[in-house]
Amino acid sequence: MENEHSNVEHAANYGIYILVWLALLALTATTAIVAGINFGALSIVIALAIAASKSYLVLTIFMHLRIENRVFKIFLSVALLFFVIEILLIFADYSNYVR
Amino acid sequence: MGNHENTAAVHTHKDPVGARMGMWIFLFTELLLFGGLFFAYSVYRYLHHEQFHQAAMQMNTFLGTLNTIILLTSSMTMALSITAIQRGKKILSIILQLITVLMGAQFLVNKYFEWSAEFARGNYPGSPTLIAKGSGQTLYYGLYYTMVGLHGLHVIAGMTVIIFMLVFTIRGTINKNDYTKLENAGLYWHLVDIIWIFLYPLFYLIT
Repeated sequence: MENEHSNVEHAANYGIYILVWLALLALTATTAIVAGINFGALSIVIALAIAASKSYLVLTIFMHLRIENRVFKIFLSVALLFFVIEILLIFADYSNYVR
Repeated sequence: MGNHENTAAVHTHKDPVGARMGMWIFLFTELLLFGGLFFAYSVYRYLHHEQFHQAAMQMNTFLGTLNTIILLTSSMTMALSITAIQRGKKILSIILQLITVLMGAQFLVNKYFEWSAEFARGNYPGSPTLIAKGSGQTLYYGLYYTMVGLHGLHVIAGMTVIIFMLVFTIRGTINKNDYTKLENAGLYWHLVDIIWIFLYPLFYLIT
C-alpha cells in the first residue's frame, strides 16, 4: 500500500543530478555552437531536437518521471500528443496561405 | 471503499501521489498557456521568416546563454535540495533552496539589463523605431516581450513559492518524512526551466 509513493523517496541520489546538469550544459553549448553554422531549414529542426532532449532529461530525472507512477507518463504523453496534433493542424492550414 | 472514506474523514491521511498528480495537472494548464504563445510564434515566424531572422540577430546571445546556464543550474540545486531533505540533511536542503532562489534573482537581474539595453535602442513595444522596421520585426519583439515577460513572471512566482518552502523547511513543516510541498515547488521550477529551454533557441539562436 505504501509502496506507491515510496518509489520517489528511495531514489534519492545526488550524483545523477550533477551528471544530468553536466549533460544539460553540454547540450546548451552544442546548441549555441551549432547555431553559428548555417544548416538552412535544418537549423530549426536541430535546435528543437536539442531543446527536446534537454526537456526529456529535466522531465525524467529532475522531475522524477522515470521513477514516477506510470499514470503520470500516460498523462504527459496525452498532453504532448494533443500539443503536436494542434501544431500539425495549424500548419496544415497555414502552409496553404503563403508562397 | 469504506476504509478510504473513513481515512479521508479523519483528515490525517496524506496522499503524496495525489498531490503530485494535482501539480502535474496544473502544469498541463501551463502547457496550454505557453503552448498558445508558441503556436503564435511558429505561425508568425513562418509568415515573416526573414524579419524574424534579422530581429533575432540583434539579440544579446551572451546574456541569453548565461541565463540558460543559470536556470539549468538552479534546477539542479532544486532537485538536490529534495534529495537532501529526503536524507534528513535539513541545513543542506535550506542552503540549496536559497541558492535556487538567488539564481532566479540573478536571472531576473540579467533580464533587467537585457531589456534596458533593448529599450535604450528604441526596441520597446509600439516604439517608432520598431514600427519603422516593419510588421515582421514588430511581431518578433511583441512575442519576445510577451513570452519572455510571461516566463519572467513565472520565475518570480517560482521564487516566491520556494521562499515559502524555505520557511517551511526552517520551521520543520517540510521534513524527512513530509516533503511533498517541496517536490511540487520543484516541479513548478523545473517547468519554468523547460519553458526557457525552448525560448532560448527560438529567440536567441535563429540564424
